Amino acid sequence: MEPVAIVGVGMTKFERDRVRDTFGDLVFEACTRALDDAGMTIDDIDIVLTGSNDFFDGRTISSMAIMDACGSYDKNVSTVEGDGTFGAAHAVMRVLAGWGTCLYCAHHKGSESVMPLITNAMFDPIYERFLGIDSVTSAALQARAYMDRYGVTEEQCAQVSVKNHGNAFKNPYAQLPLQLTIEDVLASPYVADPIKLLDCCPISDGASAVVIAGAQRAKALDAKPAWVKGIGYNCDAYHLGDRDLSKVDALQAASKTAYAQAGISDPAKEVDLAEVHDTFTYLELMAIEGLGLCRMGEAGEFTAFGNTAQDGRLPVNASGGCISSNPVLVAGLNSIIECALQIRGDAGEHQVDGVKTAVAQGVNGPCGQSQCVWVLGGDE
Amino acid sequence: MGAKRAGIVGVGMTVQRSTRRDVSGVELINEAVRAALDDSGMTRKDIDAIVIGNMDHFEGINYVDTWSVDGSGALGKPIMKMTTGGTTGSTVAMGAYYHVASGMFDRVLAIGWEKNSESDTTGAIITAFDPFWDRPTFGGAVAGLALEATQYMAETGATEEDAAYVAVRDRKNAINNPFAHLRMESNIEAIMSTPYLAWPVKLGDMCPRTDGACAVVFASEDIAGDFPNVPAWVHGVADRHLWGYTSDPYVNQHVKGGTWFPAMERATRELYDKVGITDPLEQFDVAELYLPYSFAGLRYMESLGFCERAGGPALVRSGDTDMGGKCPVNPSGGVLSSNAIGATGLLRVAEVALQVQGRAGDRQVPGAKLGLATGFGGCYWSDELVIGKEKPEKARG
Amino acid sequence: MAAAEDKKMFLVIESGNVAQPFRWSAGTYGSKFLTEIRDNKKFWGIKCPKCGKVYVPIRSVCGPCYAEMTELVPVSDEGNLITFSVVSFGFVDPSTGKQKPVPYGYAVIKLDGADSYLIHYIDETDPEKLKAGMRVRAVFEEDGKRTGSMMDIKHFELI
Repeated sequence: MEPVAIVGVGMTKFERDRVRDTFGDLVFEACTRALDDAGMTIDDIDIVLTGSNDFFDGRTISSMAIMDACGSYDKNVSTVEGDGTFGAAHAVMRVLAGWGTCLYCAHHKGSESVMPLITNAMFDPIYERFLGIDSVTSAALQARAYMDRYGVTEEQCAQVSVKNHGNAFKNPYAQLPLQLTIEDVLASPYVADPIKLLDCCPISDGASAVVIAGAQRAKALDAKPAWVKGIGYNCDAYHLGDRDLSKVDALQAASKTAYAQAGISDPAKEVDLAEVHDTFTYLELMAIEGLGLCRMGEAGEFTAFGNTAQDGRLPVNASGGCISSNPVLVAGLNSIIECALQIRGDAGEHQVDGVKTAVAQGVNGPCGQSQCVWVLGGDE
Repeated sequence: MGAKRAGIVGVGMTVQRSTRRDVSGVELINEAVRAALDDSGMTRKDIDAIVIGNMDHFEGINYVDTWSVDGSGALGKPIMKMTTGGTTGSTVAMGAYYHVASGMFDRVLAIGWEKNSESDTTGAIITAFDPFWDRPTFGGAVAGLALEATQYMAETGATEEDAAYVAVRDRKNAINNPFAHLRMESNIEAIMSTPYLAWPVKLGDMCPRTDGACAVVFASEDIAGDFPNVPAWVHGVADRHLWGYTSDPYVNQHVKGGTWFPAMERATRELYDKVGITDPLEQFDVAELYLPYSFAGLRYMESLGFCERAGGPALVRSGDTDMGGKCPVNPSGGVLSSNAIGATGLLRVAEVALQVQGRAGDRQVPGAKLGLATGFGGCYWSDELVIGKEKPEKARG
Repeated sequence: MAAAEDKKMFLVIESGNVAQPFRWSAGTYGSKFLTEIRDNKKFWGIKCPKCGKVYVPIRSVCGPCYAEMTELVPVSDEGNLITFSVVSFGFVDPSTGKQKPVPYGYAVIKLDGADSYLIHYIDETDPEKLKAGMRVRAVFEEDGKRTGSMMDIKHFELI
């Protein structure tokens, strides 16, 4: 891939209910922070991409609500409906195609809608939707399938909650830092067996933005770039019955593409840090395995040995992850931003020493059906 | 390495009908995809990535990209969804173009579709607008367009009959298009006698509600010679989505010397500069324009530079935009004949591709070499693409 | 195939009367605007610090200047008719679930003191009696019935 870099990042604080803010207010805050971070004004931006979803926003053409706030006036602009990793991937494409700089932003206000109804709407209206299936109940089926296949225990899943909620104390943007023990997680009520309340992410309000630039523009800036080394994305089957839910085929395929572009042959050795999709604790374990950071079925033990802690050999979700803040479409973009900050050495209190190569993951659809993987690095 | 030129090497479309009860949404998508794959001499295996789009609330499906894999062929492949309202189809085309132009993918499938029969179109469109400011009073897409039509007539002296000419022209053209929804020989009197929906817009001035899908295969210049059809090359793309509130687009229009349709005019300027268009009526051999209602066929011609301000009626009545004219507009019958919203912008691109490839059948404009395709939607937003027979000199971003 | 036969052969699954409830934030300035309409029957706009344009409806960013707006300025409840339609196309309003009564007058209005426009109803259903440039005035819902929504303005009337 031709060199492309993230040259500016911006996030709002993630909160349960930012009732004072419209979608536009959130987007403007994130975009102006990203521009400031890049040392740019809106005039330095050639093209804009946005990320929103008509269901989550309760608006057809949801991008209309932020057309002023995203800075796209008199610029080419488009919208990717899906996780921020996918939208930002398309931003990279536009820069590779010849645009110098692209501002990409995504927003979400979970406080304004009823999440089970909205995630129920991703299931087939003829065969599945009437069951009341949603993101939580479908995840429970997947968690059980995965845990049964590899003998993963609820204690092993609980470690993820303890670790990531703890990490969130050092991230000023995170919504839900919690001091927890494994016993606390195990004692929390079942939402859908085997998933308990403290295995679940919250629902968040917030927005994030990045400025992506081609090599020439990136090098002319004072801003520290985080270079995009590889991007892969891939989609699995739709009907849950068509998949072996314990497997991570799409994630493995996406990783393979991203690692090949980045020249990574042994991710377990070459990746220094990962920010993964942990809306439910078991998903972090599956992600670690799917990204090739440990062998299949071993992420529980890998985590138990402290490898994925902030001071571990391969920190995972040092930011606190989605389980601490889950602004759905923004989630994957936040993972990219965290990786960029870590590579730049700008992650503040949760900075991990010596991060040269970092991996971010994002997800669309039921049970991680569509997966996107980014590899970021410190060198062009 | 570096940016790539991209061409269209395959096109597939379903027949456009008011209701396709014989297929589910996924099956409708698959019908277009199979046609596009056949047309480009490929199978599902050959596709590197997919871009799909529709408007969520027309079918009530969240995450259409993941829901549709059995129809789109995305199993085990990269897919993303792009949605911008009425411009969705053209947005998907641009998205697929950029997938190829980036050098990341060689063969990219663009899919636009809609089953408008599955919901209340007006109800779903209203929810596009701001829940505080606009939605309580918004009169739907028809009423929004009527406001523009009133303004246009008041300032130019254009008549309802002038607009009816456009509806007659496009639906007559549709007779030559076996895929079109409304195919009829009509006349101005017949359009004028249809009931008002929102004065001055009548039933006969409006596009229909349609079920349909379209799929288009974009390929990189590196492999563009490997297909049965010669490529239709993308010469340039540009868009502007300027506004977010229903009332915003009317602001500039009434100002003397102001412009009709700022988003379209600004996108047009950028695109024509990139591609080298100075006299569109002479330089384009064909145009497939997203005209959601008849008055657009007057006013948007001005914003696209085909004539002077207020010159729309004279232009269309001169016959220059008819089949056999200088630059036939909508040989396919256009949006006034078929409007499966998420497919509509992509159909414009597909139709121009077929024209410059010389494969448009009974609706072919003889010798067409260069064409313009547009998408309209959102809040008076405009997407525009120039597609030609000749390979462009360089990749243009 | 005949439409009737089509309907017999091909099943559809009805969604039923599903509601997707939302509660959208009006934001800082939007809240003030709606509160002022409700409590004082007064219109406010928001002014761009760069270009000086006054926007109604209120938003927090001036798109062309990409500047944050924080200054509320009073605007009149009277203004000019910019363009109009008479809507005779009935449909179910998704906000209320009720059929909108037709015909109704529908207008783009420039309030005195504002640079952007407002869309609302006008109490005239004969297009021959409407003309761009006519003066109009807001008619508010009566006291005690205003709730803090754009429907607190019943419609605009010709002056």
